[in-house]
Amino acid sequence: MSQPSLVTENLTIRFGGHVAVNAVSCAFNPGELTVIVGPNGAGKTTYFNLISGQLTASEGRVLKGGEDITRLAPSARSHRGIGRAFQLTNLFPALTVLENIRLAVQARSGHGWRFFSPASRLGALKQEADQFLQATKLSDKAHMAAAELPHGDQRKLEVALLMAMEPDIYMFDEPTAGMSLDHTPDVLNLIATLKEDKTKTILLVEHKMSVVRALADRIIVLHNGELLADGPPDEVMQSQIVRDVYLGSSGEDAA
Amino acid sequence: MTHSSPARGELFIKALVLTIGVLLLFAPFLFQDTRSLEVAARICIFVVLVASYDLLIGYTGIVSFAHTMFFGFGAYGGAIALKQMGPGWDAVIVGAITGLAVSIIVAIAIGLLSLRVKAIFFAMITLAAASVALVLASQLSGLTGGEDGITYKTPQVFKTATKLLVDENGKVARLFGVKLNGKLAAYYFVFATSLALFILCLRMVASPLGTVLKAIRENEARAEAIGYRVVAYRTFVFCMAAAAASLAGTIYAIWLKYTGPDTALSFTIMIDILLMVVIGGMGTMYGAVIGAVLLVLAQYYLRDLMGVAAEFFHGVPVLPELFDPDRWLLWLGIIFILLVYFFPKGIAGTIWTKGARD
Repeated sequence: MSQPSLVTENLTIRFGGHVAVNAVSCAFNPGELTVIVGPNGAGKTTYFNLISGQLTASEGRVLKGGEDITRLAPSARSHRGIGRAFQLTNLFPALTVLENIRLAVQARSGHGWRFFSPASRLGALKQEADQFLQATKLSDKAHMAAAELPHGDQRKLEVALLMAMEPDIYMFDEPTAGMSLDHTPDVLNLIATLKEDKTKTILLVEHKMSVVRALADRIIVLHNGELLADGPPDEVMQSQIVRDVYLGSSGEDAA
Repeated sequence: MTHSSPARGELFIKALVLTIGVLLLFAPFLFQDTRSLEVAARICIFVVLVASYDLLIGYTGIVSFAHTMFFGFGAYGGAIALKQMGPGWDAVIVGAITGLAVSIIVAIAIGLLSLRVKAIFFAMITLAAASVALVLASQLSGLTGGEDGITYKTPQVFKTATKLLVDENGKVARLFGVKLNGKLAAYYFVFATSLALFILCLRMVASPLGTVLKAIRENEARAEAIGYRVVAYRTFVFCMAAAAASLAGTIYAIWLKYTGPDTALSFTIMIDILLMVVIGGMGTMYGAVIGAVLLVLAQYYLRDLMGVAAEFFHGVPVLPELFDPDRWLLWLGIIFILLVYFFPKGIAGTIWTKGARD
C-alpha cells in the first residue's frame, strides 16, 4: 500500500482531568473510506477536531503527507488539503447558496484578499462554483439564503462546500444526521462519487449501519477516547468486544 | 424566490440614494446659503465615516468605539501640517499621509493584540484607546492647541475670497446666481473625495473580500475551517476602515479650517456614527447615506421646525411648551425610538428585505 496520507500518532487531549481522546494512533490511506463508530461521548467528534484543528492536541502528533500539522490553525490545515464538514449544520446562513460555495472556491484559489473587483464579475470563480452546485443538484436554489433551505438541502450544501474546497482528506461528521430517509441517498451518493476517485482519503463518522455497510472499506471503533478496534467491516462488526460496547446498545439498528 | 430581477425595495433604496447623491452634487446651486452648504459638506463627510464604520459593524461584526479616534488622527494630521507648514498642498498631503500612517499603525496594533479575543473585550480596548487619544489631544496643547483646537489657513484655491472665474468687470463670476469662489471649490473638493471613498467602500463589500467579511460575521469558526485566517482579515478591514475615517478627517479639517476635540475626537461624534448606522441599516452600505442625511438634517433643522410648530400652536394650552425649540433633543429621541421600532433593520435594511419578499 502507498504512503498514508494522514497519520495520528499517540493523539491525546485532556480537558482538566478528563481524557477525551486517549493515545489514538492510526494511519489513513488514499482511496480508502474509513468509518469511525462508537457510542455517544466516545470522542469521535473530538478526534475530528484534533485533526482539522478546532482543538490542539495535549500530546501526540497529526501528520498530513508526512508534514507535522499538530499546531497549525484550521485555516492553514485546510490549505494543506484537509476538508472538514460538521455534525450540526454549520453554514453561512444569511449568504446565498452560491456565495457559500464561492467562499470555498475562492479560499482555495487565493482570491479572498481582492477588494476592488466585484466578485460577481470574476467569471472563473462563478463557473467553478456552478460545477459544485450542479454536482449537488442545488443549481436552482443558488440565490436562496442558506438559512431558507430545507434541512436536507442544507446538508447537501454542507457536502458541496467541502467538495468545493477540493481537499485530499474529506472528513464527514454524521452527514445524514437529522435527514429523512428519502433524502439520505442523495448525500450518500455524493460520498460514493468521491470514493470512486480512488485518490481521496475519506473519514466518516456515522451511526446508521446501512450506511456503514454500503460505504466502509474499513471501520475503526472509538470507546471512551480509546481506539478499540480497527479493520475491515465484517471483521470489526463480528468481533465480540465491539458488539458489547457499541452494537449492543443499538441492537435494532444493527439488525 | 430566485432573483431574476432586482426586488422593488432594493430599487427604491438605490433610487433614493442616487437622488440624495444628485442633490448633494447640486447643493450649492439648489440651497444658496452658507448654512445649507455647511450641512451638505457635513453629510458628505459623515457618509464616509458611517460607510467605513459599516464595514466593521455591519459586514464583519466588529464593534469598535475608536472610529472617531481615526477621524481625529486624520483631522489633526491635516490641521497640524497646515499650521506648521503653511497653507499649501504639500501640507495637505503630508498631513493626510501622516494621519493615515498613524491610523494604520494604531489599527494594526489594536487589531493584532485584541481581535483574537471576544468582541466585548475588543470594544473595551477601542474605547480605552479613543479616550487616551482624546486626553492626549487636550493635553498636548503645544501641538494640538488643547481644548481650543487649531485654526489655520487652507490652500489658496479654497479661500472664500478666491475668484475661480471673473467676469468682464473683474468681479467674481456667477453661475445661476452662485458665486464661483473658493468656498464652492472647497465644497466640491469635499464632495468628490467623499464620493470616491464611498465608492471604494461599495466596491469592497461587493468584492470577494466582502464575501469573506460577511462569512466571518455569519460563522467565524467555519470561515476559519474553509481556509480564511479570520484574525488577518479582521485586522485588514479594521485598517481599511481606519484609513477611510482618517482621510475623512483630513477632508473635514480642510473644510472647517479649524480642528479641535469637539469637531474631531469627541464621543458625541462616535454616538452620531452609531445612530446613523443603526437608523440607516447595518450591513447595507446604502444605509450610511440615508442615516447620515437624516441625522445631520435633524441636528441642524429640527429646532427651526419646532420653532415654527410652537408658533403655529400659539395660544393652545401645553402644545407650544411641548414644541418649544429647547425640547428638540426630546423629539430627536422620540424620532429615533419610532424609527428603530418601525425599521428594526434600519431604513435601508428593512425596505430592502420587504421588497424581496413580495
